[in-house]
Amino acid sequence: MLRIGSLFAAIAAASLLAAPLHAQELTGTLKKIKDTGVVKIGHRDASIPFSYLDDKQRPIGYGVDICMKIVDRIKAELKMPKLRVEFVPVTSQTRIPVLTGGNIDMECGSTTNSVERQKQVDFAPTYFVTGTKIIVKKGSGIKGYDDLKGKNVVFTQGTTNERAIKAYNDEKKLGINFIPSKDHAESFLSVETGRAVAFPMDDILLYGLKASARNPDDYEVIGEFLSDDPYAIMMRRDDPAFKKVVDSAVTALYKSGEINKIYTKWFQSKIPPKGINLNFPMSEGLKEAIKNPNNTGVGPCGKMKC
Amino acid sequence: MDFGFLFEPAFSGGGTYLDWVISGIQWTLYLSVIGWIIAFVLGSILGVLRTVPLAILRVPATIYVEVFRNIPLLVQMFIWYFVVPEIVPKAAGDWLKTQMPMPEFWNAALCLGTYTASRVAEQVRAGIQSIPRGQVDASLAIGLTLPQTYRHLLLPMSYRIIIPPLTTEFLTIFKNSSVALTIGVLELTAQARQISEYTFQTFEIFTIATVVYALITLTVTFAMRWVEGRARVPGYIGTTGK
Repeated sequence: MLRIGSLFAAIAAASLLAAPLHAQELTGTLKKIKDTGVVKIGHRDASIPFSYLDDKQRPIGYGVDICMKIVDRIKAELKMPKLRVEFVPVTSQTRIPVLTGGNIDMECGSTTNSVERQKQVDFAPTYFVTGTKIIVKKGSGIKGYDDLKGKNVVFTQGTTNERAIKAYNDEKKLGINFIPSKDHAESFLSVETGRAVAFPMDDILLYGLKASARNPDDYEVIGEFLSDDPYAIMMRRDDPAFKKVVDSAVTALYKSGEINKIYTKWFQSKIPPKGINLNFPMSEGLKEAIKNPNNTGVGPCGKMKC
Repeated sequence: MDFGFLFEPAFSGGGTYLDWVISGIQWTLYLSVIGWIIAFVLGSILGVLRTVPLAILRVPATIYVEVFRNIPLLVQMFIWYFVVPEIVPKAAGDWLKTQMPMPEFWNAALCLGTYTASRVAEQVRAGIQSIPRGQVDASLAIGLTLPQTYRHLLLPMSYRIIIPPLTTEFLTIFKNSSVALTIGVLELTAQARQISEYTFQTFEIFTIATVVYALITLTVTFAMRWVEGRARVPGYIGTTGK
């Protein structure tokens, strides 16, 4: 009897302690994080400089830095300074199922915010603006998309670039021979070894791959933007409480100008693992997105305006 | 679950998502069957070589089995596709990379076949060695040569003995064929992943893939059981149950 009595007393005391912290019930992702004491972040392995592994196999990058700022905000919101961060590697193909399945709480990588994906997931404000171009070997004779006629082209499965190049191929009837590949590193390897003549990808990632290649001068990034790709952090849909925390953390970075420091660190300074400098000044599109934070997705045609 | 998406027009290439599924099934079947033919022929030869008294034949076969059996299939797939074209003479490498028809498919078939051959070889060797030594002695004593002993005694009996483990290897090759997606063969699993990416109907499409794999392997199981029944020698092993 005494035992049960003290148990009730303990529960009552615990709920009294907990009550003032949260006037209203936590729901969704915030509740999950509170209950488990862990926030799970999805990252990539070769999305340089957004989300990739350094020489000690730790996830680093522009996106990862921004996500850590969000984690700080979550810590403050939940009053849990000891919140643990768990990194989970995802790929272009697994990111959405892993997120909706609950194995990660947000994905900090190089994910394009598209209207189609918005049916499955939600996005934080855009944090980078890029678009599809192709990387080719210098002297390959490829000057534009139409030169790809009948050639081998490698793409990473599950990307918006795959859709953009396939749509272009269908429209212009180029008869490109596509080679599917599972990640950016392997796609680039196909170009490096000559198995494919071109690899369509977001231009910034192509510059990243070029910079980390064995002989960066052997490659060039060419073409007009075949699609628009605004990047954003991805989270589960229909979770307004969590989205509010994420959005406010990102917007605060924009308003305070801290984003410029993070941008310079990854795009205009030497970055691990090889100490290369991408020398990629902030685009007008990104400046606009920072001035007016928004999470407008790219339309089904691959452009912002269809 | 809603399977209506199967009949929607696919994102690219004309046709519907159902066509993607069917094409995936076809590649899985081609890959597995061609892989199995390579595995069975090569594995049988290697298995026999592993049991002959001549060390000059036995040792290379043993080395082959140990190498191919001990390297993960995923790594072998990568080596065939990305490494081999770089170490052969340049002209051959260029041919492998750009001129060869369906390079992903043939690389994958060869890789699956040579890997499974090492496992088949071990089954064949085990089958041959399970036949009592006395029968071999008797065969040689009545004047058959060693090749004749293999032809008329060892192989006919050992293949009958190893039908059940060979069935397992045959089933495994269908499932292992999904590893080919890592080098870009759009077989069933790759198509399922691709369709899931395009339609977000992840559970539906993987349910279909699961059922198709189960149907394929069940068919193989029953076919092999039929073969086993047909090939049975009355009064020898495995007949007591009937």
